[in-house]
Amino acid sequence: MSAPLLPPIGMLAELTHRCPLQCPYCSNPLELLKANRELDTQTWLDLFSQAADLGVLQVHLSGGEPTLRRDLEQLIAGLSARGVYTNLITAGVGIAEGRIEAFAEAGLDHLQLSFQGARPVTTDRIGNHRGSHEKKLETAHRARAAGLPLTINAPVHRHNIEEVPEFIDLALSLDAERLEIANVQYAGWALANRDRLMPDLAAVNRQADIVAAARERLAGIMTIDFVTPDYFAIYPKPCMGGWARDAFMVAPDGTVLPCHAAQTIPSLRFERFGDRSLAEIWADSPAFNAFRGTEWMQEPCRSCERCEVDWGGCRCQAMAIAGDAAATDPACVKSPIHNRMAILTDAALAQAAPEGNESFIFRRIGATTRPDTPAEPARR
Amino acid sequence: MMALRERAIVSLRSAPSLPRHVRIQYDPVRQAFAVLSPEKVFWPNEISLDILRRCDGQSSVERIIADLAADYDADPQDVAADVVAFLQEWSDKLLVKL
Repeated sequence: MSAPLLPPIGMLAELTHRCPLQCPYCSNPLELLKANRELDTQTWLDLFSQAADLGVLQVHLSGGEPTLRRDLEQLIAGLSARGVYTNLITAGVGIAEGRIEAFAEAGLDHLQLSFQGARPVTTDRIGNHRGSHEKKLETAHRARAAGLPLTINAPVHRHNIEEVPEFIDLALSLDAERLEIANVQYAGWALANRDRLMPDLAAVNRQADIVAAARERLAGIMTIDFVTPDYFAIYPKPCMGGWARDAFMVAPDGTVLPCHAAQTIPSLRFERFGDRSLAEIWADSPAFNAFRGTEWMQEPCRSCERCEVDWGGCRCQAMAIAGDAAATDPACVKSPIHNRMAILTDAALAQAAPEGNESFIFRRIGATTRPDTPAEPARR
Repeated sequence: MMALRERAIVSLRSAPSLPRHVRIQYDPVRQAFAVLSPEKVFWPNEISLDILRRCDGQSSVERIIADLAADYDADPQDVAADVVAFLQEWSDKLLVKL
């Protein structure tokens, strides 16, 4: 470790893996945890308090669907009392009357609401939940009525990439301050469904042009954050802003992880909050130190002038595609196997089913534990 | 569908404020002031912080410029250009309300 250890700024808390939706690109692991594995209220509050002591300024409350936790108001209040900025990341389906107002009263700073499509038929099909689009619209209206600032999150793939202009109109009509056009990252369930989700290059380029024009047109009206598609990239993303550099996440059972997909790296062992303090895990956990800084890097990363710009990219993508978590992210043009990204994209597109007939592996407990399990047909 | 809001342009009469989703907070761990917003944390320099702290929804841009020029013993014309450019940039990112 060459660089000094910095305190973490951000934390993603996956409060539960339970969710009413079954999106085939969910970033949760394929092995979902049941409710009886979740931390209790007091343990989450202790963890949040330690996080604040450690220097965490922002907590993203996510899942699964975090509003399924009946103690969410209490958790928000606990964070708020410590001055931590709270961001609720919700699917916005099935939130009981009065609860959004209660979140706001507890001190919630911001609400991020996902839309699987800009059209009701797309939202309902991708989340495999009939009527979900209508419920999301209602959640957006209730959030704004409660005075909460709103971000619309649109995960983008082959089946909704042509809806990007409609996503922009939808976010404007819902009075959102921000819109995230987030190309799906192929880890977790998205990796299992990669062939069913991958867009083609022409669509990706059209989308990039549309977003660039909208950003210019909407300066001062709505912010658009664009999560670019890795498989069409020249340089990789600085995943998590660098492994264990200023952010981490916690799984529903208290396992502390450097990122969403870190458990797909078989050589790493992770620790649980409670067995050790958060400060000890952040500083000393071998999994956190495995890819911290630049010392671990191989060529071409090691001597690359961008090594502290993109930090080698995504370790989990290196694991998934190069078979080596310490390899250069294959999304990088300098990776010796960069061409594999195009090969995988072509292979995915060659198998594309006619629109509307895709048989996704829908995200649910027990659907699969292996990415190569044959797909079940969609039940719609 | 039409945009419901319009882009705000800084004028000397604007009375800027921080929107609800943005706040300035002292961080005792790093011993510095942070600006917290939905997905980002900013670490403003001293001058930026002095501008943002005056965004109270009461003080006009004209007043903010005069105050800063006095505090920094600087030419109000130079301060005006910097303050207007800063506020327009932050307003365009929806981090300041005009």
